[in-house]
Amino acid sequence: MQDYQTQKPTVLEILNTHQAMPGNLLPILHGIQDTLGYIPPAAVVDIAKALNLSQAEVHGVISFYHYFRETPPGEHTIRICRAESCQAMNGKVLETHAKQQLGIDFHETTADGIFSLEPVYCLGNCACSPSITIDDEVMGRVTTEKFDRLLATYKGAK
Amino acid sequence: MSANNEIDYGTPASSSANQVTLEIDGHKVTVNAGSSVMRAAAEAGISIPKLCATDSLDPFGSCRMCLVQIEGARGYPASCTTPVAEGMKVCTQNDKLASIRRGIAELYISDHPLDCLTCAANGDCELQDTVGQVGLREVRYGFEGENHLDSEKDTSNPYFSFDPAKCIVCSRCVRACEEVQGTFALTIDGRGFDSKVSPGQNQPFMESECVSCGACVQACPTATLMEKAVIDNGVPEHSTITTCAYCGVGCSFKAEMKGEQLVRMVPDKNGQANHGHSCVKGRFAFGYATHKDRITTPMVREKISDPWREVSWEEAIGFAANKLKGIQAKYGKDSIGGITSSRCTNEETYLVQKLIRAGFGNNNVDTCARVCHSPTGYGLKSTFGESSGTQTFDSVMQSDVIMVIGANPTDGHPVFGSMMKRRLRQGAKLIVVDPRSIDLVSNSPHVKADYHLKLRPGTNVAVVTALAHVIVTEGLADEKFALERCDVESFGKWKTFVALPEHSPEAVAELTGVPAETMRAAARLYATGGNGAIYYGLGVTEHSQGSTTVIGIANLAMATGNIGRDGVGVNPLRGQNNVQGSCDMGSFPHEFVGYRHVSDSQTRMQFESAWGVTLSSEPGLRIPNMFGAAIDGSFKGLYVQGEDIAQSDPDITHVHHALRELECLVVQDIFLNETAKFAHVFLPGSSFLEKNGTFTNAERRISPVRKVMTPLGGKEDWEVTQDLSNALGYPMNYSHPSEIMDEIAALTPQFAGVSYEKIDEMGSIQWPCNDETPDGTPIMHADHFVRGKGRFMLTEYVATEERTSSKYPLILTTGRILSQYNVGAQTRRTENVAWHEEDRLELHPHDAEVLGISDGDWCGVKSRSGETVLRALITDRMQPGVVYTTFHFPHSGANVITTDNSDWATNCPEYKVTAVHVAKVAQPSAWQQEYQDFSDNQLSLLENRIAVNE
Repeated sequence: MQDYQTQKPTVLEILNTHQAMPGNLLPILHGIQDTLGYIPPAAVVDIAKALNLSQAEVHGVISFYHYFRETPPGEHTIRICRAESCQAMNGKVLETHAKQQLGIDFHETTADGIFSLEPVYCLGNCACSPSITIDDEVMGRVTTEKFDRLLATYKGAK
Repeated sequence: MSANNEIDYGTPASSSANQVTLEIDGHKVTVNAGSSVMRAAAEAGISIPKLCATDSLDPFGSCRMCLVQIEGARGYPASCTTPVAEGMKVCTQNDKLASIRRGIAELYISDHPLDCLTCAANGDCELQDTVGQVGLREVRYGFEGENHLDSEKDTSNPYFSFDPAKCIVCSRCVRACEEVQGTFALTIDGRGFDSKVSPGQNQPFMESECVSCGACVQACPTATLMEKAVIDNGVPEHSTITTCAYCGVGCSFKAEMKGEQLVRMVPDKNGQANHGHSCVKGRFAFGYATHKDRITTPMVREKISDPWREVSWEEAIGFAANKLKGIQAKYGKDSIGGITSSRCTNEETYLVQKLIRAGFGNNNVDTCARVCHSPTGYGLKSTFGESSGTQTFDSVMQSDVIMVIGANPTDGHPVFGSMMKRRLRQGAKLIVVDPRSIDLVSNSPHVKADYHLKLRPGTNVAVVTALAHVIVTEGLADEKFALERCDVESFGKWKTFVALPEHSPEAVAELTGVPAETMRAAARLYATGGNGAIYYGLGVTEHSQGSTTVIGIANLAMATGNIGRDGVGVNPLRGQNNVQGSCDMGSFPHEFVGYRHVSDSQTRMQFESAWGVTLSSEPGLRIPNMFGAAIDGSFKGLYVQGEDIAQSDPDITHVHHALRELECLVVQDIFLNETAKFAHVFLPGSSFLEKNGTFTNAERRISPVRKVMTPLGGKEDWEVTQDLSNALGYPMNYSHPSEIMDEIAALTPQFAGVSYEKIDEMGSIQWPCNDETPDGTPIMHADHFVRGKGRFMLTEYVATEERTSSKYPLILTTGRILSQYNVGAQTRRTENVAWHEEDRLELHPHDAEVLGISDGDWCGVKSRSGETVLRALITDRMQPGVVYTTFHFPHSGANVITTDNSDWATNCPEYKVTAVHVAKVAQPSAWQQEYQDFSDNQLSLLENRIAVNE
């Protein structure tokens, strides 16, 4: 894991940008995760101080939302939808297949650090179930074959 | 939870003046509007099952156990979150409700260890009670499913353990930490089934932001958060209400006992100062009372180089009396004196000063208040007419602007600090005047100072006068109040004085280090922001101009009309448990009980006739004068009760020199403290658990201290003083402290209506309590000042003689922290050392860099008085040029450095300003090595004491 001291200036800058905004905790957490890929636990001290909150309060919010993570993600994050529509369209098969192919469970990162796997509950893309996202891109009608092709593409891109 | 079955009303009382009548289970019930249905039911004697509700916390509605049915309303509303309404018809119990509640209980129990019989909370568990109440008979889900039973226990806190396996996630602990304590150290980690109480970022308690106040333990309905003492000893079987012996907040506690063993101290919900809250000291740090270092047999010796000899009480008292009489015969009546303690009870303090005035025949009595709040006594008496704070603690809940000057309530007066933070979270404005960034400035969640006047130590008077300048010159004074209630001539003179251009913020900005605009803004806020209250501490009094600042504060309050009602006033935060009381009880050399001068012949005659002796009309020696006279050779004998002058007084080498000159030093204490190392007679003292009496807190509240165990040394402190007096030939014959209080009441106008019966009946009484105010006086000076008209006094700034120079370029200031208490004799003998095991020198990163000092380095700190060595703590709480330390450990030698400068009016030492030189060093100072040798030698003389031969 990276030394927090090298990340601290980024965190402070994000805090600074949002300082005057009411209800700024969530935008700040998103800002940090968007930039660093995760929220380093050490950043919580700075966030709490800047917002006049306790560390416990900030931690409570981070841990409440599964989207926020406190460890660095892989290069690409794959999110598989587990909501009703996707499950009805073979989502479970896709889920098992993905875990097998990647050799990891949900909330884990492959040993080569390329992929992290996360569950998600509805991407609003139900008409094209089952859906996944890779990083910010939404993909529909993901069969196991299509999943393998996508993996190869993203791996190849590296 | 507490062992004896107090009614828990589930939600806090409503303060509404309007009443509402409703029907609960067919009974007509009338309650305050805004009450919850749950509370209304409880007030009518109907108990609705509940888990997440308790009357110290706002309702939360998460456990769903308290569901009721309301006629005309849909579904099953939670009674804790549903307010009462006129004509409402509530049903708290029927088959449907019973079935829902059993279903909920069943879910809770399916994930709870079934070890009730061996659980530490057995017999003291709300989950047990509630499940019993709803009649759960089976758990259909079994116990095999996913559960939390293997969760790891956190035992990091020395006083309580956290066992998540027993947790029902009701959030009472989280809410208590937020609402009651205001630390916000707990949260719920995760969500749904994964929800778990988490200190900080899922850390052990000791590594989190937790301050160990015990509010979470108090709120927990199960054994999840549990005192280790109860785990070890079992649930207490009886309890007695008493008063904490730590700070000047004077919290009321239930001492929960098993026989004569104190199992735990539980804050009393009905306590009028603390309302059920506590801090780490009062709640947990009582282990010192039975520590192995307690000395329980009297001891004597001819010289301080001799080993101690254990003797009987008779012999020790006789030895002391003979010595003291001998000294008086040889050197004259005035060659002996005594020091009363702000830690002892009113009755004990009264008795010691009586012994000195009547038995010794002189007025050589002083008290440790000399070195803390004597300027408060002088300043407030001169301006308002009474030597005390004007408010009740609860008054802060009506304040709109709170100005904290030279005080650190979250550390020094934590329970009141929590109340103040609650008010600040409700929106009151905050002005902090302090050289350090104390926690209130920006390190308390949801609390932030609107203005922090980060002044240079020693410039209080200039700042306070500059605030007055703004108020007067910008026309913000409450002229109507000042002209009606105060002395008009003094008001006029004062206005002219403060309006002088040299008192403007611009003129003193450089001197004080505070930007002029900040002073102007703070003054405007205090004068115009609604109810303005000033709270101050030793950062005001312990200066060469301590009394002047107190007067300046009183002037500000009078000029803005912030006196005489709820939410305003001038509030000294008293350091020790009975500082107010020891001052009230005539501990000062110039004053009888009730602040009446010894030269006032009418008062003196009253005491002469009551005490049957002739009394001196000459004020006696103050503590520093006693030291001076000892060194001069005119003062030879001293009786010290419960004070450690050899550690707490300034310029300690001078103090030690004086003590060595004494021919007879009699120390009465629970430990062989630093002073006792110089003593010839040691009389075992009794802890606050071993005696009856009263303490008076910072809001003039006289609260009961009750004996819960036999004195380890065999006598209560007042009995020892009485024996000494009798041996000296001045007869005393009290059989109970209540008789001493009766005598005090008979001789003191402010206490005329006080008696033990009345204290028992009311819980506590705020003086003045007499025929005019039979129930006591929460707010003083309501219609008129005690002295008639409030008196404005001029506050010319005179810089202290203690100045920085090229040789001593930094200013040292001192203070204390949450977990330790003053000289530490008590708290150092408890697990509180886990939070603070040594005193450190705090310095600003800039100074540290210039001096080449890193965090944790040993620093030599040298002043004109002496030198000591402390480890560095680098922090931006400090301002450049100012360093800070605490004085809880004797070998730290903080008072080796402090000087003999003192307040012009009262001799209160200038602890808060010492010019020092700081440098990185490799070894302890010469003083520390010398002290260590002396102390080791004295401890070996104690170790090798000659045992008593019966």
